[in-house]
Amino acid sequence: MNQWNNFSKGFFKENAVFTLLLGMCPTLGVTSSAIDGLGMGLATTFVLVMSNLVIAIIKGFIPDKVRIPSFIVVIATFVTIVEMTMQAYVPALFDSLGLFIPLIVVNCLVLGRAEAFASKNNIGSSIIDGLGMGLGFAMALTILGSIRELLGSGKIFGTVVFPEDYGMLVFVLAPGAFIALGYLIAFINQVKKES
Amino acid sequence: MAKTESTLKNMVLTLLVITCVAGTSLGFMYELTKGPIEAAKAAKQQAAIKEVVPEFTNNPGEEMKNFTSKEGFEIKFFPAKKDGVLIGLAIETMTNKGFSGNIRIMVGIKPDGTIINYQVLEHKETPGLGTKMADWFKTDKGNQSILGKHPKKNKLTVSKDGGEVDAITAATISSRAFFDAIRVAFETYTENQSSFTVTSNTSTEEGGTK
Repeated sequence: MNQWNNFSKGFFKENAVFTLLLGMCPTLGVTSSAIDGLGMGLATTFVLVMSNLVIAIIKGFIPDKVRIPSFIVVIATFVTIVEMTMQAYVPALFDSLGLFIPLIVVNCLVLGRAEAFASKNNIGSSIIDGLGMGLGFAMALTILGSIRELLGSGKIFGTVVFPEDYGMLVFVLAPGAFIALGYLIAFINQVKKES
Repeated sequence: MAKTESTLKNMVLTLLVITCVAGTSLGFMYELTKGPIEAAKAAKQQAAIKEVVPEFTNNPGEEMKNFTSKEGFEIKFFPAKKDGVLIGLAIETMTNKGFSGNIRIMVGIKPDGTIINYQVLEHKETPGLGTKMADWFKTDKGNQSILGKHPKKNKLTVSKDGGEVDAITAATISSRAFFDAIRVAFETYTENQSSFTVTSNTSTEEGGTK
């Protein structure tokens, strides 16, 4: 049950976006549509799991004073792998996310988990932690993306719900991201309080 | 396992090993994805050419010609031929006047300059505003559409600037940039028109002698 706790901690209790407020740059930047949010979330999940795995393996060999540069190199490697793979096999998604993929490197969520969790725990727990945190991040981005896409352009995952002319433009733009995220966090805090 | 101590030798060695492993694996991934990335780009270009010119029987990618526009942009011309006769040109044009960054557009014209169709290849415009240019100027609504128009006979600028085309709502800058790219394409074409008519003439003659 311990591993389940590890997973759910990242997914719900300490959700990166809603509770820890980490990784705000991609959260606000790419969530103008649900599919972009999901793609970004899954890319981050992959990087998180792989870098957590590698860092948990090599943590014993890394001298303390150079651990941050070492972690960043590991993370950057996986981000570049994701970027190249995306460009090769899902060019459409890469077109809309392209600019933000390299930014996963500086997503404080990834380095934060490497530093706070993977460098102190064993391999199994680190993978589960990366998976929980990553999927929690992906879920948050997808929810935020769906809300913004629905309110802004009347679609969810590209399926038309109502004509685009009635959409509120502001939700597609950056201010809409802040507004939607603020209400979402308020709502989640309320739910948490009641339960 | 005991932590490796932070001596200079250890730190240098660790970083060296990590960066070497990272570099090697990236090099390997690069080799692995190089082919598919090229293929994806070529497929996109090919699809864009097909979209903007009538049916052709040659390979426009092979007969591509490069010209430099007055602004110093490299404009690619893909001649579309049917049975050796030039029926249209797909022009990959660009502008740096976009709201944010460059815009690259593939525009298809008939040999006389009439616009057949266009496709936006790359841009960084505001989602929901400038991004609408992908369909806006194709939609037959009000004075939006530029299809079938001629850059010389029609004033192809936004109505705010005295043109005859409606700009994208709330994205006048993106609309202006769009027309700038069209203008660049057309001007470069007019300048270098001879090199295309010559090729099409020779190929017609070849067809005639056969």
